[in-house]
Amino acid sequence: MKPRQKRMFLAGVALAGVVVAAALAINALRGNMAYFFSPSQVVAGAVQPGEPFRLGGMVRSGTLEKSSGSLESRFIVTDNVQQVAVSYAGILPDLFKEGQGTVARGELGRDGIFYAEEVLAKHDESYMPPEVADAMQPMPYNKDGTRTPEPLRPAAAGKRSMKVIRSEPVDLTVPLHQVEINNQ
Amino acid sequence: MIPEIGHFALVVALFVALIQTIMPVVGAYRGIPELMAMGRLAARAQFLFIAVSFAMLTLAFIENDFTVAYVAHNSNSALPIQYRIAAVWGAHEGSLLLWVFMLAFWGLAVTVFSKSLPEHFLARVMGVMGFIGVGFILFILMTSNPFDRLIPGAVDGRDLNPLLQDPGLIIHPPMLYMGYVGFSVAFAFAVAALLGGHLDATWVRWSRPWTTVAWLFLTIGIVLGSWWAYYELGWGGWWFWDPVENASLMPWLAGTALIHSLAVTEKRGAFKSWTVLLAILAFSLSLLGTFLVRSGVLVSVHAFASDPERGVFILAFLVVVIGSSLGLYAWRAPSVHVGGRFELFSREMLLLANNVLLMAALAAVLMGTMAPIVLDALNLGKISVGPPYFNAVFVPVMLPLAILIGVGPLVGWRSGDVRPLFKKLRTVFMVSLITGVVLPLMAVGKTTLMVMASLAIAMWVILSSAQYLKERLARRSGNKGLSAGVYGMVVAHAGVGVFVIGVTLSSAFSVERDVHVRVGDTVQVNDFGFHLDEVKSIRGPNYHSDMAQVTITRGGEKVGILTPEKRTYFVQTMPMTEASIDTTFFRDLYVALAEQRDEDGWALRVYHRPFQAWIWAGPLLMALGGILAVSDRRYRVSAKHVVQARQKPASGPVSGGARA
Repeated sequence: MKPRQKRMFLAGVALAGVVVAAALAINALRGNMAYFFSPSQVVAGAVQPGEPFRLGGMVRSGTLEKSSGSLESRFIVTDNVQQVAVSYAGILPDLFKEGQGTVARGELGRDGIFYAEEVLAKHDESYMPPEVADAMQPMPYNKDGTRTPEPLRPAAAGKRSMKVIRSEPVDLTVPLHQVEINNQ
Repeated sequence: MIPEIGHFALVVALFVALIQTIMPVVGAYRGIPELMAMGRLAARAQFLFIAVSFAMLTLAFIENDFTVAYVAHNSNSALPIQYRIAAVWGAHEGSLLLWVFMLAFWGLAVTVFSKSLPEHFLARVMGVMGFIGVGFILFILMTSNPFDRLIPGAVDGRDLNPLLQDPGLIIHPPMLYMGYVGFSVAFAFAVAALLGGHLDATWVRWSRPWTTVAWLFLTIGIVLGSWWAYYELGWGGWWFWDPVENASLMPWLAGTALIHSLAVTEKRGAFKSWTVLLAILAFSLSLLGTFLVRSGVLVSVHAFASDPERGVFILAFLVVVIGSSLGLYAWRAPSVHVGGRFELFSREMLLLANNVLLMAALAAVLMGTMAPIVLDALNLGKISVGPPYFNAVFVPVMLPLAILIGVGPLVGWRSGDVRPLFKKLRTVFMVSLITGVVLPLMAVGKTTLMVMASLAIAMWVILSSAQYLKERLARRSGNKGLSAGVYGMVVAHAGVGVFVIGVTLSSAFSVERDVHVRVGDTVQVNDFGFHLDEVKSIRGPNYHSDMAQVTITRGGEKVGILTPEKRTYFVQTMPMTEASIDTTFFRDLYVALAEQRDEDGWALRVYHRPFQAWIWAGPLLMALGGILAVSDRRYRVSAKHVVQARQKPASGPVSGGARA
C-alpha cells in the first residue's frame, strides 16, 4: 500500500472503531442507569412496578422489623411526607439505623412494597447521602402547631432553601403492619 | 507553638515555590545560568520546608494536641500510636499536605538524579513542578489549613473514622499519592520540552524511568485500596467501580499507555506528539482524580455548588494547568507528522493498538464516572451508573489488549513478518487453548464459555511472554545476560495473565451465602463446613467487640479457625465489621459477622472465592516488572556514557529489542 492509502486505511479503521465503541458504550450506559426517586415521587406514580430504581429517604423510627430465623427485614422509608414499605432479604449494612438516611436499590412489587436487592447506608456519623438530603421534606407540623425540630442536617444542604410540599401528614405512631400502602 | 511552626513552614514553602516557578524559567529564557541554578536550590528548599510542616502536623497528632482543629476531628487519646500517625492523612486537609509533600519529594528526587540533564531543560522542569506546588500549597493555605486552632481546645478528639483504623490505610494513601503525583514529573518533562521547543527524543529518554516509577507506585496503591475494601468493608467485593476507585484507575490507564508510547518514541522516534499529549493527559487525570475526590462534587454537584470554595479552587487550577499545557501543545507540537516509518504489521502498529485500546477503556470509564455528575448538573435527574455498565464496556476492550500483549514483543520494529510468528506461537496457542478448557474443570469442576475464553487468553499472555524470554535467552551473544528491562517487561506482562486468571475464576465461581445462624450451627459452602463455635465479647484499646469463632472443616477434617468481629468504637459509636479470611494459593475462605438478629442468632456472610489472591498477585507482579525495568543498567551507568551511546544512530530493525 502507498503511504497515502495506508493513512486513509488507518483513519478509516480508527473512525469505525470509535463509532462502534461509542455506540456500544452508550447502549451499555442506557441499560445500566438507575434513577433515584423519593417516597413522594413513588407514591405519585413516578415508577411502574417491576422497573428497577433507587429509593431514598429516612428509615422511619420504630418500623424496622427483623424476622427471626431468616434474614428478612422490613422497614419504612419516608421523606416526612410520604412513605414506602421496603422488604429486604439480606445483611443490612453496619450503619443502617432507624431514623437515619438510606438508599435502597430494587423495584416495586404489585403489592406496593419495594423489594430491595441492595441497601446502602451512610459512611459515617455525620454524612447523609445528598440525594436523600434533597429528597427529605421538612417535618410536617404537629397537631398543636409546633414543629418537631429540624429532623436532619444534611452534609452540605445548609445554604440551600428546601422546597416545601404540603400534603397529608403521616401518622408516625402506627406500627408497620397496620400501615396501608397506597401506591396504586 | 508546634502547629504555628508547621503553618509558617508551609507559608515559606509557598514563597520558595514561587521563586522556583519564576526564576529558572526566566533564566532559561534569557540564558542566565545563575537564575537557572536557582531552580534546583529552590526545589530542595521547598522539600525541606514542606517536610518540616508535615513533621509538625505529625507531632501534633502524636502529642494529642486537641487545640488543633484537624487533630481534634480525626484523632483521640485512646487511638493507638500507629493510627495517630496514619490519621495525619486520614482526612481532607492532611491528605492534601501529604500530596504536596510527595510533590516536593519528587522534585527533590529530580534534582538528585538529574546531574546529566541539560541546564536549560532542568530549569524548565523545576519551573513547572514549582508551579504545581504553588497551586496546591495555596489551596491548602486558603481553603484547607490543617493547622487551624480550635479555641478553646477539645478535651479529647472525635477519633479517626473506624473504617480507616487499619494497617491498609497506613500505606494505601502514600502509595497512591506517590503514583498520582509522580506523573507530575513526566508532565513537567513534557511541558519543559514544549517550552524549549525541542520535541526530540531527549525528554522521552529522561522521563521513561520516572514514569515507570510513578506507575508502579500507583499500581501498588490501587492494589492496596482494593485489598483494603475487600477485607475492611465487609462486603467481600474487591472492585466496586466506585467513582473514587475510577479516579485512580483513569490515570493508571493513561500511565500504562504512556509507558508503552514512550518506548516507541525512544526507540523509533515515532508518536512524538502523541507521547507528549499522553504525558499531559496522565497528570491531568491525576488532577481530575484529586478534584473528584476532594471537591465534594462526587457526592452531589449541589453539595459542591453550596460549598464551592474548595471545589472551585481545584477546578480553576485544573483548567489553568490543562488549558495552558494543551494550549502550549497546540502551539509548539510539530505539525502532524508521525515520525518514523513503519508497516501495518509491526511493533509500532501493535503498540499503537495498545494505546487505542487503553484510551477506549479510559474513555468508557470516564464516561460512566462523569455521566451522573453531568446529568445532575444539567438537572436531568439523579442517576447512578452501576458495575454492569463498567463490566460491559471494560472487559471487551481489555481482552483484545491481552491478546496483543502476547504478540507485541515477538514482532519486530518497523516491519514484522506474519508467517514466522504463526510458527513460533502455534504451540503456545494450542497449549493456551487446552489449559483454558481444562484448568477450570480441574480447579473447580465446572466451566462456561466466557471462562474458557478468558483463561485461554490469560494462559496465552503468560506462555507467549515465556516464549519471548526463551527466544531472547537463546539469541543473546556469549555470556552477556539480558537487560533487566527485558525481565521487567516479561514479569509485568505475566502479571496481567495472573490477574486475568484471578478475576475470571473468582468472579465466575465464588459462592456467597448470607445466612442466619445460631451458635452450634454449621453452614455448608461447596465442600467446606463453617461451624459457629461461639460469640464472645472482647475489649480493644478504643472499641469493644463481639468476636465469633468459626471452625472450618472439609470432609470432617479441620481446615482452620476464623475469628470475624463486629466492633463498636467508643467515640464514633459506629459498628464495624472486621472480616476474617483464610487465604491459600487456590482459594479464600471469608467470614464476616453481620448483625445480631435475636437472642443467640447472628447474620453471617460466608464466601468461598477461588483464586482470589491472584487478583492482587497479578498487579503486584506488574509493579515488580516496573521495579526490574527501572533497575536496568542503562539507568545507572554514568550520564556521559548514556549520552554517547545514544548518539549512535539506532538503525536497522532491532527486532526483539523491547524494553517496553
